[in-house]
Amino acid sequence: MSEHDQYHDPSNVINPEHAEHHVVQPITYIIVFGTLLAGTLITVLAADVDMGVFNPIIALGIASFKAVVVILFFMHVKWQSKLIKMTVGAGFFTFLVLITMTLSDYISRSWGLW
Amino acid sequence: MDNAIATHPDVHGAAHEEDHEHVMLPQHRHHFETEQQQREAGSFGMWLFLLTEIMFFGGMFFAYLLYRNWYNPAFVAASNQLNVTEGAINTVILITSGFFMALGVWAAEMKKQKLLVIFLVLTTIFGCAFLGVKADEYHEKYEKHHIPGASFDIREFVNPPIDAKTGKPSQVPMAPDMAQKTQIFFFLYFAMTGMHAFHMIIGIVLLVWLIWRANNGDFTEGYVAPIENFGLYWHFVDIVWLFLFPLLYLINRHPLN
Repeated sequence: MSEHDQYHDPSNVINPEHAEHHVVQPITYIIVFGTLLAGTLITVLAADVDMGVFNPIIALGIASFKAVVVILFFMHVKWQSKLIKMTVGAGFFTFLVLITMTLSDYISRSWGLW
Repeated sequence: MDNAIATHPDVHGAAHEEDHEHVMLPQHRHHFETEQQQREAGSFGMWLFLLTEIMFFGGMFFAYLLYRNWYNPAFVAASNQLNVTEGAINTVILITSGFFMALGVWAAEMKKQKLLVIFLVLTTIFGCAFLGVKADEYHEKYEKHHIPGASFDIREFVNPPIDAKTGKPSQVPMAPDMAQKTQIFFFLYFAMTGMHAFHMIIGIVLLVWLIWRANNGDFTEGYVAPIENFGLYWHFVDIVWLFLFPLLYLINRHPLN
């Protein structure tokens, strides 16, 4: 092995970030499918219960939970390399940063007139 | 001296062949050293594209957030005009479509060509069913004059129909200026669900092409990347709908409490 070999890694297998290729089995998809259907039912039922300001929070919470399940299992992020996990996380994080900064600008412009 | 410099590409090639045994795929591009590298680069690129999609839909979600906050009574009343049953059915249809897409990726990995084609066809059928229900909802909006513009009708928001059982209005009556703001809700409704439906139409066109290629056996000899990456796109479109459904249809289902 030459000195170069320890850095040359076209298959990306020496890299500790490497994730083994993983084939997700149908049973996992069936469980996820059931979870998503249950989530949909709960969302519809929860919308008919008057919880005041918590209605949209509950609705968004369930939607976010369903989205995370889809991303982790249907989109295989659970078994991907850390590079992909970081990329996905960074994307949603950046979106939240943009929302937070725009909202803080909006709120502070005409104070009290939200 | 010349050995040390000249040999290193060969050394790698040799070392690589010893370490990893694999069959060269005809789809393997020469600028990737291995299929594994090509595959990881491909899904990384797909994810970067999906992040731009988050930002694209994110802008509309943000507009929704601000206007909902600003004209909340109009948003509540307009949201109650949407067909929750059809919206919920469409959510189930879309989840089912995504489920078959996920199974399609599995079938491609397992090199089951017939199953792959079947799952892709089912994905397409449920995708088309979603668009069909959506078209029916759009038609209902057209009939009720709920499409923003010159023929938009605010009458039933100003003077809601009287509920025969209770003898009271079925909605909280609104002042005409607030009732006009229901147009903003419907504008966002059409912009967001329309853009979502447009993504689905693109997806269905791609699916037809993928079915044709899958039928030729292109994706069941170890080259799964197109199925996998299209699956990412399809699931992303699902996720957008998972947020659209509660935000547009379920704002406030109990207006007269």
